[in-house]
Amino acid sequence: MSLALDLFTLVAVSAGALFFLAGALGLLRFPDTLSRLHALTKADNLGLGLVVLGLLPQVSSPLGWIGLIAVWLLALLSGATVGQLLAEAVRPPDWSRQATRSPEEGPPRD
Amino acid sequence: MTGETLFGLSGAALVGIGLYGLICHPGALRKIVAFNLLGGGVFLLFGVIAKRGGGALAVAGKGADGDPVPQALVITGLVVAFAATAIAIVLLRGLGERRARASQKGDGSSIQPKRHSGGG
Amino acid sequence: MTSALVVDGLLALLVLGLALRVTFARTDYGSAVGFMGYGLLLALVWVRLAAVDVALTEAAVGTGLTGFLLLGAAARLAPGESFDAPGAPGFGSRILVGLLCGVVAAGLGAVVLSLPDPAPTLAPLVAENLPPTEVANPITGVLMAHRAVDTLLETVVLIPALIGIWSLASDSGWGGRPGSLPLLRSSGPLTLLAQVLPPFGILVGIHLVWVGADEPGGKFQGAAVLAAMWVLVLVAGLRRPPAVIGQRLRLLVVLGPLVFLGIGIAGIWLARAFLAYPEGWAKPLILTIEAALTLSLALVLGMILAGPPAVDRSDPKVGP
Repeated sequence: MSLALDLFTLVAVSAGALFFLAGALGLLRFPDTLSRLHALTKADNLGLGLVVLGLLPQVSSPLGWIGLIAVWLLALLSGATVGQLLAEAVRPPDWSRQATRSPEEGPPRD
Repeated sequence: MTGETLFGLSGAALVGIGLYGLICHPGALRKIVAFNLLGGGVFLLFGVIAKRGGGALAVAGKGADGDPVPQALVITGLVVAFAATAIAIVLLRGLGERRARASQKGDGSSIQPKRHSGGG
Repeated sequence: MTSALVVDGLLALLVLGLALRVTFARTDYGSAVGFMGYGLLLALVWVRLAAVDVALTEAAVGTGLTGFLLLGAAARLAPGESFDAPGAPGFGSRILVGLLCGVVAAGLGAVVLSLPDPAPTLAPLVAENLPPTEVANPITGVLMAHRAVDTLLETVVLIPALIGIWSLASDSGWGGRPGSLPLLRSSGPLTLLAQVLPPFGILVGIHLVWVGADEPGGKFQGAAVLAAMWVLVLVAGLRRPPAVIGQRLRLLVVLGPLVFLGIGIAGIWLARAFLAYPEGWAKPLILTIEAALTLSLALVLGMILAGPPAVDRSDPKVGP
């Protein structure tokens, strides 16, 4: 039983690491800030979730499970907020009005 | 070659890197960052000595495996380094603002602070 | 070549690589961001060195609070001169300085490789003297009982730093509210975060202080988390920072060190030495000191992050 649990941990944590790698590749290779944010937030949330899932069998107490899941939820919350803030900084909230602007013009001067 | 020795060597390298940045970089903010790197390297050396000192004895049976006295000193050092960095950064920002005001009055200095959109 | 050694080696390489990146980054902003990544990896190194308390402090104070200040400075200052600026040292002198720094690093490395074996240590002495303090975390015992003078001075040193920061206000802003927090235009996600996170953050901060008696934790780490939650609320614009001339703020800021100092001086009569605790009173006194200090430290750290007071431009009574 514990061998199966260890195997599950290995597989889940490795899959999570793969997602982190994908997010990092997206950060390096995508052309602009918004698509990089997309890659980072999606890959990191799922990657951290898989890592936490993989670590759950290694912790024996339910309080430890709550702690691990709380870590994942907090990372989700802060990651989502930071992603939104960065996206707002790059493109103002009323971007639909400026949908006809070409991307090279950048955000309008205040 | 144990893990502690590796970290000790990287602490020594950090001291070298921080010292280089502190001496060579003309920008003041980068000097502050280099000073923190230098401090980090010194603290790592403390930590290596602490880890080596606890290998034989797990203090209080709580799984702590290092000499607590250097570790406590490092905690103290981290907080004091933060205080020094904080006042250095605020001094730097004050200097930047005064230069900006002086250049607006037209004394020929060409340094302007970056305009931060959205008020501040 | 065990796997632990491989992991340690990779970690050390990452830390050094980030340090080089931080030193040779092209922009101040890139340097600040890289510094925060370096700090978090350094916290992992501290965990590998079996110093979890130090790792918590490094992540909270060394990376979080310092990184906040660095990012703010990098965003607001004029772009600092780079290595190619006219006033910078020339290539030749940079090579020379690099060689000399390499000599310094090599000397320290030689010291590391020739540390005495068996290593001299104070751990047995600490273990002997830990039970009277009734705390199980040896680092808390060392900080609060064996080397309490260091901790007293460490908490007191933050107050002159705060006074120094306050004294950099302009004449018109003297005694006002700090005005340099990066208040964005009101932003939905940030407001949500500032409303949802602080309750948990306050819980985590107080828990860190409470659990520091027996497990890794402590008042500096807890106070840093509390200060971060307060500054999050200030940055989101949900509350304004207090005016620095306020009596209540100043009283609360000095309350912690005063309690510490008072108990220390009382120890001269009650336990025959400055900062000694009477028999059987160690744990309650330590808890009292930690409670008062956590409050004061959280306020001091938060006000340090808030910066010097400034003229309040949004106040209709004050002219431009």
